[in-house]
Amino acid sequence: MTMLLNHASHGDGIGYSFAQPTAAPVQQHSFYPYTDNGGSTLGITGSDFAILAGDTRSTSGYNINSRMAPKVFKIGGDDETGEGAQIVLSVVGFAADGNALKERLDNIVKMYKYKHGKPMSVSACAQRLSTILYEKRFFPITYTRFWEGKGALYSYDPVGSYEREQCRAAGAASSLITPFLDNQVNFKNQYVPGSGEGHALEPKKAEPLSRSTAEGLVRDAFTSAVERHIEVGDYLQLVTITKDGIEEAFQPLKKD
Amino acid sequence: MDHFPGTWGRPRNDVYGAYDHSYLHTTGPKTHTSSPAVTGTSVIGVKFNGGVVLATDNLASYGSLARFTDVKRLRTFGENAVVGFGGDVSDMQYIDRLLESMDIRENYSSHGNMLNAKNLHTYLAKVFYKRRSEFNPLWNHVLVAGFDGEGKPFLSSADLLGTTFSGPHLATGFGAHLAVPILRRLFPEERPIEDISKEEAVSALKDCLKVLFYRDARSIDKYSIAVITKDGIDLKEDEQIENQSWAFAERIKGYGAQTK
Repeated sequence: MTMLLNHASHGDGIGYSFAQPTAAPVQQHSFYPYTDNGGSTLGITGSDFAILAGDTRSTSGYNINSRMAPKVFKIGGDDETGEGAQIVLSVVGFAADGNALKERLDNIVKMYKYKHGKPMSVSACAQRLSTILYEKRFFPITYTRFWEGKGALYSYDPVGSYEREQCRAAGAASSLITPFLDNQVNFKNQYVPGSGEGHALEPKKAEPLSRSTAEGLVRDAFTSAVERHIEVGDYLQLVTITKDGIEEAFQPLKKD
Repeated sequence: MDHFPGTWGRPRNDVYGAYDHSYLHTTGPKTHTSSPAVTGTSVIGVKFNGGVVLATDNLASYGSLARFTDVKRLRTFGENAVVGFGGDVSDMQYIDRLLESMDIRENYSSHGNMLNAKNLHTYLAKVFYKRRSEFNPLWNHVLVAGFDGEGKPFLSSADLLGTTFSGPHLATGFGAHLAVPILRRLFPEERPIEDISKEEAVSALKDCLKVLFYRDARSIDKYSIAVITKDGIDLKEDEQIENQSWAFAERIKGYGAQTK
C-alpha cells in the first residue's frame, strides 16, 4: 500500500499506479495570422530622382501564386490609373497586410488633400506612416517596407521605426542585394587607385548617381537576385519619381 | 469504513489521488474556430475567350472520412459571378448566407444588383482579412470568377489570411500542386486568353479533376462545373468524372515492391 501511495497523484493529475506520467502538454492548434509572400524590393535615390523597384512574383512556400502581383503602389492618386500621385509605397512580406496598409495610407493622403487644400508633404507622410505602423505595436503589420516621394526615400520596420536613406533593399533577397548596393552606391571597399599603401589608401567618395546608372544598378541587382533566390522572379516593376511625376515600367525577369 | 455510499466502488482518493475534473472545464480562449472540421478540397478555374470556367468536386470530408458526398461547393452570386469554396464547409455556408443577404439587399436598391465579380472578390477579401485580424478566421480558400468593371473575364483568389492574387488560371489546395502545372502547360503565359476557346477550357478542367481524383485522397469523382459567360452562368452540379483508367500504373517504376 505504501508503494501505491507513493505513486499516487502527480500534482493534480489522476494518480493511477499504472498510469505513465505523460510529459506531453495539451496540444494547441493555434492560428498563425501571417504568411510570407516572398519577393524583394529596392529603392535608390539620386539628386533629382528616386527609384523604387520590386519583382512581381507572389509565392506561398514553394508555390507560385501569381507572376504578376505588383508590390509598388502609387499613393494619393486616381484609384484606377494612379494619376496625380506624388508618393510611392512598397510593402514586402505579407501581401494582405501590404494591401491594407496601402489602402489606409492612400485614404489618409487623399483626406489630407481634401481637408487642407494642398498635397501632403513627403516628411509629413513619412511620419504619418510611422504612426500608422506604431498604432499596431502589439499586432504588427509584418515585414520591412519603404516608401518614398520626390527624391526622398524612407525605410520602415514592422512597428514604425523609420529612417531616411540613400538606398535600401528589403524582402526575401535583401541579404543578396544589400552588399552589392554597399559596393556600387556607397563605394564601400573601393579606393582611389594609387593613393597609397595599406591604411593610407584613400576610400573612394560616394557621390549622387545619375538616373541611368541607378536604373542599371536596379536591373543588375534583380537579375542577380533572381539567379540565387527562388522567391524572386517573373517581372521587374520599375517606378521612377522625378519632379515631373511618376514613370512606371515593367521588364521581364527569369520565370524559373 | 467509508460512510458515504456515493463513493463506494470508486477509486479511493487516498490511493489514487483526487478525481481530475480538469477536462470538464476548459480554460483559455475558444480554440475550435482555429482549425477546420468538415472540409472541401481543391477549386480550379480557367479564363477563356469571353468568360471563365470554375470547377470543384462534390465532397465534404471530415478529416480522412468522406463524410458528405453531395455538397455543392460552387455558389452563384447575381447574374455573372460564381464563388468556388475550398476549406471549412460551415464557414462556406456562413459566407454564402452573407452573400445571399447582400444580393437581396442590392436587388431591392433602386439601381438593381450591379456588383460584379471583382467587387465581390474585394468584399470577400476584406471579410477574410477582418476575421483573420480578429484571430477568428473563416477557414476558406476561395476562387471568384466572373467579369470585372470593364466586362473582361475575371478570376481571382482570396484565402483565410486575406491574401489575394489573380491569374489566367488558378487552383487552391491540392490543385495548386497538381492542376496548375497542367494548366500552365496547356495555356502558357504567351498564349492570349482570346485564343482559348470555351470547349478547350472545359476539357482542361475535366482533365485536372481526373488527375486530382487519381492523386488527392480527399477527392471524389462527382463534380460541379460552372461556365460563366456574358449570357449568364451555366452551372452543372451533378457531373461524373469519366474515362478513368489506372492502365498507366503498371508502367510506373521506381517505388513500391518492384524487383526489376
